Amino acid sequence: MDFLTLIQLLDSTVRLATPLLLACLAGLFSERAGIFDIGLEGKMLAAAFFSAAVAAITGSVWLGLAAGIASSIALSLLHGVASITFRGNQLISGVAINFLAAGLTVLIAQDWFQQGGRTPSLMGGGRFEPITLPFADALASVPVLGPIYAELISGHSFLVYLAFAAVPLTWWVLFRTRFGLRLRAVGENPAAVDTAGVSVVALRYAAVLICGVLCGIAGAYLSTALQAGFVKDMSAGRGFIALAALIFAKWRPWYALWATLLFGLFGALETRPDVIQAVIGMKVQGQLLGALPYIMTVIILAGFVGKAVPPRAGGEPYVKER
Amino acid sequence: MADNAPAIELKGISKAFGPVQANKDISISVMPGTIHGIIGENGAGKSTLMSILYGFYKADRGEIFISGRKTEIPDSQAAISAGIGMVFQHFKLVENFTVLENIILGAEDGGLLRPSLAKARKTLVELEQEYGLNVDPDAVIQDLGVGMQQRVEILKALYRQADILILDEPTGVLTPAEADQLFRILGRLREEGKTIILITHKLREIMEATDTVSVMRRGEMTATVKTHQTSPAELAELMVGRKVLLRVDKKPATTGDVVLDIKGLRVVDDQKVERLKGIDLQVRAGEILGIAGVAGNGQSELLEVLGGYEKATGSITLNGQPLDLTGKGSDGRTRRQRGIGHVPEDRQREGLIMDFSAWENTAFGYHRAPGYQNGVLMDNSAIREDTAAKMQRFDVRPPNPSLAAKSFSGGNQQKIVLAREIERNPDLLLVGQPTRGVDIGAIEFIHQQIVALRDQGKAILLVSVELEEILALADRVAVMFDGVIMGERMSDQTDEKELGLLMAGVAA
Amino acid sequence: MDVMPKWAEVVLVPLISLILAALISALVILGIGEDPIAAVELMVTGALGSTYGWGYTLYYATNFLFTGLAVSVAFHAGLFNIGGEGQAMLGGLGVALACLLIPWPHWTLALLGASLAAALFGAAWAAIPAFLQAKRGSHIVITTIMFNFIGAAVLNYVLVNVMRPAGSMDPATARFPEAVHLPTLHDILGVVGISFSRAAPANITFLIAIVACFLVWLLLWRTWLGYEIRSYGKSEPAAKYAGISPVAITMIAMLISGALAGLMAINNVMGEAERLVLNAVEGAGFIGIAVALMGRSHPFGVFLAALLFGFLYQGGAELALWTSIPRELIVVIQALVILFTGALDNMVRMPLEKLFLLLKRKEA
Repeated sequence: MDFLTLIQLLDSTVRLATPLLLACLAGLFSERAGIFDIGLEGKMLAAAFFSAAVAAITGSVWLGLAAGIASSIALSLLHGVASITFRGNQLISGVAINFLAAGLTVLIAQDWFQQGGRTPSLMGGGRFEPITLPFADALASVPVLGPIYAELISGHSFLVYLAFAAVPLTWWVLFRTRFGLRLRAVGENPAAVDTAGVSVVALRYAAVLICGVLCGIAGAYLSTALQAGFVKDMSAGRGFIALAALIFAKWRPWYALWATLLFGLFGALETRPDVIQAVIGMKVQGQLLGALPYIMTVIILAGFVGKAVPPRAGGEPYVKER
Repeated sequence: MADNAPAIELKGISKAFGPVQANKDISISVMPGTIHGIIGENGAGKSTLMSILYGFYKADRGEIFISGRKTEIPDSQAAISAGIGMVFQHFKLVENFTVLENIILGAEDGGLLRPSLAKARKTLVELEQEYGLNVDPDAVIQDLGVGMQQRVEILKALYRQADILILDEPTGVLTPAEADQLFRILGRLREEGKTIILITHKLREIMEATDTVSVMRRGEMTATVKTHQTSPAELAELMVGRKVLLRVDKKPATTGDVVLDIKGLRVVDDQKVERLKGIDLQVRAGEILGIAGVAGNGQSELLEVLGGYEKATGSITLNGQPLDLTGKGSDGRTRRQRGIGHVPEDRQREGLIMDFSAWENTAFGYHRAPGYQNGVLMDNSAIREDTAAKMQRFDVRPPNPSLAAKSFSGGNQQKIVLAREIERNPDLLLVGQPTRGVDIGAIEFIHQQIVALRDQGKAILLVSVELEEILALADRVAVMFDGVIMGERMSDQTDEKELGLLMAGVAA
Repeated sequence: MDVMPKWAEVVLVPLISLILAALISALVILGIGEDPIAAVELMVTGALGSTYGWGYTLYYATNFLFTGLAVSVAFHAGLFNIGGEGQAMLGGLGVALACLLIPWPHWTLALLGASLAAALFGAAWAAIPAFLQAKRGSHIVITTIMFNFIGAAVLNYVLVNVMRPAGSMDPATARFPEAVHLPTLHDILGVVGISFSRAAPANITFLIAIVACFLVWLLLWRTWLGYEIRSYGKSEPAAKYAGISPVAITMIAMLISGALAGLMAINNVMGEAERLVLNAVEGAGFIGIAVALMGRSHPFGVFLAALLFGFLYQGGAELALWTSIPRELIVVIQALVILFTGALDNMVRMPLEKLFLLLKRKEA
């Protein structure tokens, strides 16, 4: 494999990892606060549709992004109402949200555009265009570092940089701020937070809202940056891979980055069987690569390679004991 | 505001949980700089009342005055700003946070953690010096013992500048020595002018530590008196509503052969902590062996091993035949077949399925026993009939086998469990906390049933954290501390003081 | 304490949840500019107005009966099996292997053999998540989700690379031989002189599903194994105290659950498609969740809920055919049913409990 192929491969790794990373961090905020969220997939899907739809109608990708985030937040709030206010089963609520998004997006797409559940293809200002970082062209000719800068680091859309910036930001919020301390506490022992005079409900809603925003960006990225428009079921299980990455990352922000990059790499390799064959001298089935994130997560969950301990109060609605 | 206003005054507090009236029109006033005790049986409504004062629950009716000023306490935040701190029976700490993080949680200075932590560290040193409350600020909670965790809870309240400190059953998990230390700390807090409310069901603590005491019974406040003007007997009577028989009517034991013989029993838990460190015990036919000790010193593990759901090493024989401690035969079903009945410590968590009907619960553990099943099917009508008969004999009210376990009172739930286990005529009966959360009428009945089984020549192993109960029921007492037996005494040749020392790990 | 009478618990709560789901569905239909009443009329005619419609309704209902029972059995053990989809996929693989590899002399024997294979494959796919839950404490919801994706990858691989007949472009197995074709309701009802649509796919599996309902009821409420499953589902510490092995019950309940989900393949693979195609399950595994929630995990409730969803599916297909409402409307309704009967259960329950408490107080 030559250097340029590697750069290309890593480049598409970054692009494929971005939505996973955003969704993974979304799940991280929610689950760290004790709200399990298997509805990441649905929120991404809804956001993908609404951002593409609004971008198609208005021609503005920024309005699209806002609409995507708003739709994702709406589903987040639904999850919050079910699991925080009415103390329902968080897993069941997540399942419902996934179906709600899968159904509603096609229904509305058909109603608005009559294109068999798609949006029109986005053009021009309706998409997030790649950003060329300063000096990228000038430095491209520098050996090794030049192509890395020009091809791999430069030339992504705004949302990619946003996603990567979200990692240190998440870490900082979680471990260096009052909000982060309380958020982590409420996922471990909500009664401790409650008796310390802090509202469990407000904290959990805040976490769920942040989750909605990040999922919204992830979804918008799918339809307005990675691709140019919405098609039915376009999230294609990414929400679940993000969930897998979250477990893989043991609910930590930096680990989340590495986990999603790894899973992104699998995705990139899936489209380049020739590269694998060249590197390991053996043909690897695309299906295996596709299933690898799930298999690895099962192995991690089985505790054979370092046990993943979820937040202690995760999945449990907070009821003051009698 | 007058200086002689009470620190706390509650007027007409009422609170219902669904159909249960937990507090009925309660009024109380506590003067500043005093320790005020609230005593009552389990379920009398003490914790509910204090949780209302701390804003954890909202009262349906009533008013709260702090230092003479009417104060609304809709949530814990309001209680904290009113200068109230509370140490709950079950600590409210984040297990994987450090002491310092737990202390600042909810009382941070500003949005960033570093300055808050630094400030808290400084304040903590001052508090520690002032009250002798030494704790490592960087220790993680889950690595600390319960006594230390309790200190963290007290420090949490003091860090929030609480003038009023509520402690709910603070000694339940402490040894007598740790408890004494706690009371010394409370004494110092009183000297500093703090007002302390101590909730307990232990008369001794009230008599030793408090200035005034209020008695609660079934959600109502029955009296408030000055401690030095009352006596334990009077308080006990106020608690239960009539004179209590502390002694159970029983003949001297006529003991037979050794039924249970335990040698070198060891249990290591999932966290690799040794819970039982080589236990040797014998129980003979026709005697009650009481296991005394502070909760959490290995008594539960002992019952679980004998009941068949905790693995152990060492040897146990029943009527001379060994019990399987690790293999296929170490489960509750096999134990029951061998003739071990078990009334578990926590009947709502272990002994009953709360959503199941009384008849389903009567089959619990014996659902594969002869008479209750034929092949793969259960004989539901036989179980129903049997349950109806058992409910009759044990005076379970209401005597309706189809009613869900959760619909019975604590005492009647316990009778269902007791009927199930005793009427199988076991050679050995394990009994854990038989009267916890049971009303006084049922206590007598339950004690009588246990003694009657002894008089039929059965062996009984009784675990209770209530020393009084142990002394009243048991023929012989073994005291457990930190996974070992500290000593054994005949119950008519010992007293609470001697047992208390053993419970604290002081070998006599 | 029980605040609500039993009838309210069993009938009123699910009914109100269902009405809420229906109302919101109607709003959704209104929102996309269609007439909900006309839509319902069309659905009723399409799904129940002819034996053809009934044939499809019952065919779908059969799928949902199996997956609904699968989710229910796991629920009773306190386990949330989201893996019905994957287990049904693997069940299909079992059916395909049994039908293609063994030269069955008669459909009855083939049905027996294929049922066994379907149950075995489905159970096998549930076994690993069950084992990991029982022995290593890995959350079964997550592992069963993962196994759905892994199952899809396995099926994809097998259909593309192994079982695809030479020369075929379609990722599907060869057609099953004539001898293993199952009698349809047309054939069965024809015997007693009732004419039933020949084109509809409902087949003998529907009857098997009804038997399965009865057997699951028998298992849960009449056998000691069912008693142990329900006990464990209510309280793990109590189960241990009673000598019920958490590991054994987790395994057994999940194996039964997986087997039931796998058995669905008799209907869709052997009874309808008569070959294994890539997307044979079509989300029926997930609908099982809605069916179990709505049916309160009771076989009779599951039966009613499966019929309702069978109706919705067939009716939805008719809607998509005759109006501009896409089939995905059903997915929305399904989501709303899961939401209201599952996640928002307390929203319906809490006000009702208050109401009954008030009534009780008035009486007293």
